[in-house]
Amino acid sequence: MPIVNLKRMFRTGFLNFTRNGLVSLSSVLVMTIALSVLSGVLLFEHVLESTLHTVEQRVDVSTYFVPGAKEEAILALKDTVSALPEVESVSYTSEKDALADFRARHADDQTTLQALDELDKNPIGAMLNIKARDISQYGSISAFFDDASTLDSSAHSIIDHVDYNKNKAEIDAIQGIMSKGRTLGIIVVLVLMLLSVVVTFNTIRLAIYFSREEISVMRLVGASRGHVQGPFIVEGAFYGFVATIVTVILFVPITYWFGRNMTDFFGGINLFTYYLTHIYQFAPILLVFGTGLGALSSVLAARKYLRV
Amino acid sequence: MIYFNGVKKQYPKGSVALEDITLAIQPGEFVSIVGHSGAGKTTLIKLIIAEEEPTEGTVFFESLDVNRMRGRDLTHLRRRIGTVFQDFKLLSNKTAYENIAFAMEAAGKSDAEIAADVPHVLDLVDLLEKKGHFPGQLSGGEKQRLAIARAIINQPEVIIADEPTGNLDPINTYEIVQILKKINDLGTTIILTTHNRGVVDAVGKRVITLEKGRIARDDKDGKYMI
Repeated sequence: MPIVNLKRMFRTGFLNFTRNGLVSLSSVLVMTIALSVLSGVLLFEHVLESTLHTVEQRVDVSTYFVPGAKEEAILALKDTVSALPEVESVSYTSEKDALADFRARHADDQTTLQALDELDKNPIGAMLNIKARDISQYGSISAFFDDASTLDSSAHSIIDHVDYNKNKAEIDAIQGIMSKGRTLGIIVVLVLMLLSVVVTFNTIRLAIYFSREEISVMRLVGASRGHVQGPFIVEGAFYGFVATIVTVILFVPITYWFGRNMTDFFGGINLFTYYLTHIYQFAPILLVFGTGLGALSSVLAARKYLRV
Repeated sequence: MIYFNGVKKQYPKGSVALEDITLAIQPGEFVSIVGHSGAGKTTLIKLIIAEEEPTEGTVFFESLDVNRMRGRDLTHLRRRIGTVFQDFKLLSNKTAYENIAFAMEAAGKSDAEIAADVPHVLDLVDLLEKKGHFPGQLSGGEKQRLAIARAIINQPEVIIADEPTGNLDPINTYEIVQILKKINDLGTTIILTTHNRGVVDAVGKRVITLEKGRIARDDKDGKYMI
């Protein structure tokens, strides 16, 4: 397309946008709502993912060793477990550290501490704390310890117990919630996005419906389809552009309020800080979505009236 | 220049708008098409600009079968024909200047040509002082003069005026007829539909009379006779 036509298309589209005041205002308003839904969805996704990630981080499997088990044997087992593909990290707590932790936890419980002092040797064994790459892999890690073929008898003899079976119900429940949470999140996102697209498309279709007479006149005076359609596409894209600016500004006070009042509710996630630090990611997504939706809606809506 | 060969136009609900129309319009002619409301005048015009398709027969613009034309070819044909309508069909959100500039832009004219020609044609129809007015701010006569200015700006070979004086008072009607005569004197073919006796008699050129969709009379130096 020659530059001069492109220039005319933008000039006419912009003029139409400014002259069709009320229609432009209502279209921008509807698109702002659509983009706000999109922004809300993006923030919701972040909160959901962060919350699920935090929960996931809290899940682990601990292997407790019998008191007096040799440290070299435990560290050898640690190396073996660390090499498993499902394992993300393994941390070792020695008998001495485990005892210190126990004392710290029961600092207010003098009876227990006195009873501990009565004993002539440390009754608390060492421990390996294992984190899996994925929550679904804890089962197979636990099975590794139970399976006689994977460990030699000396290793088995020093393991007191693995707490997976005790936590199994909780881990399964968390896994279920996370899986449902993600599915629900995707469904909510899709439904809201679909509603936004349908409402925006219909608003722009209505705006172009008011121009149907003009479109047929343009065709009758010899204007090509592109010449008629171009300014409408620019106008539609302009709705998206202005709505993006409005939405980005609008979400500053909204996230500020959430940041001030709802940070604890969201598990420590400050939406305001998150929004400000990720605004350069939000704005292009909204801009592409807004201008794209506006332009595409205009193309589809104007096409009907171009058949003259 | 324009040829109708055995044209029939029947609308989907069964009403026959035109039947057995065969006629030829030569370059430079001023043809008035007259008839009562519903006689088929507007349908005849719509067939020339391919806004409607004939049920039977063919319509030719020179050697081009207009109803077989699509897309770019049809756009180019319409640029060779200027149209003026009873309801003006101006672009309401464009100023008088922009309405005319739009037709030039559609024809691919440069910005320099537009800047030079638009004021000239606005002056010709006595609207230069109102170039910044929107159609809603103009009177009926001014709107029609603007529509004529838009129709002639690309120097078309034919001007089709469908009841151009239907909404105008006698003084504005007289002005419009004089403008159309002047355009015809400069060599442009004019096809005018009307049921205004005064207009037809003032033109005093070829008159085709339609009755119930058929050609009832075709007089070279016609008078309005219904």
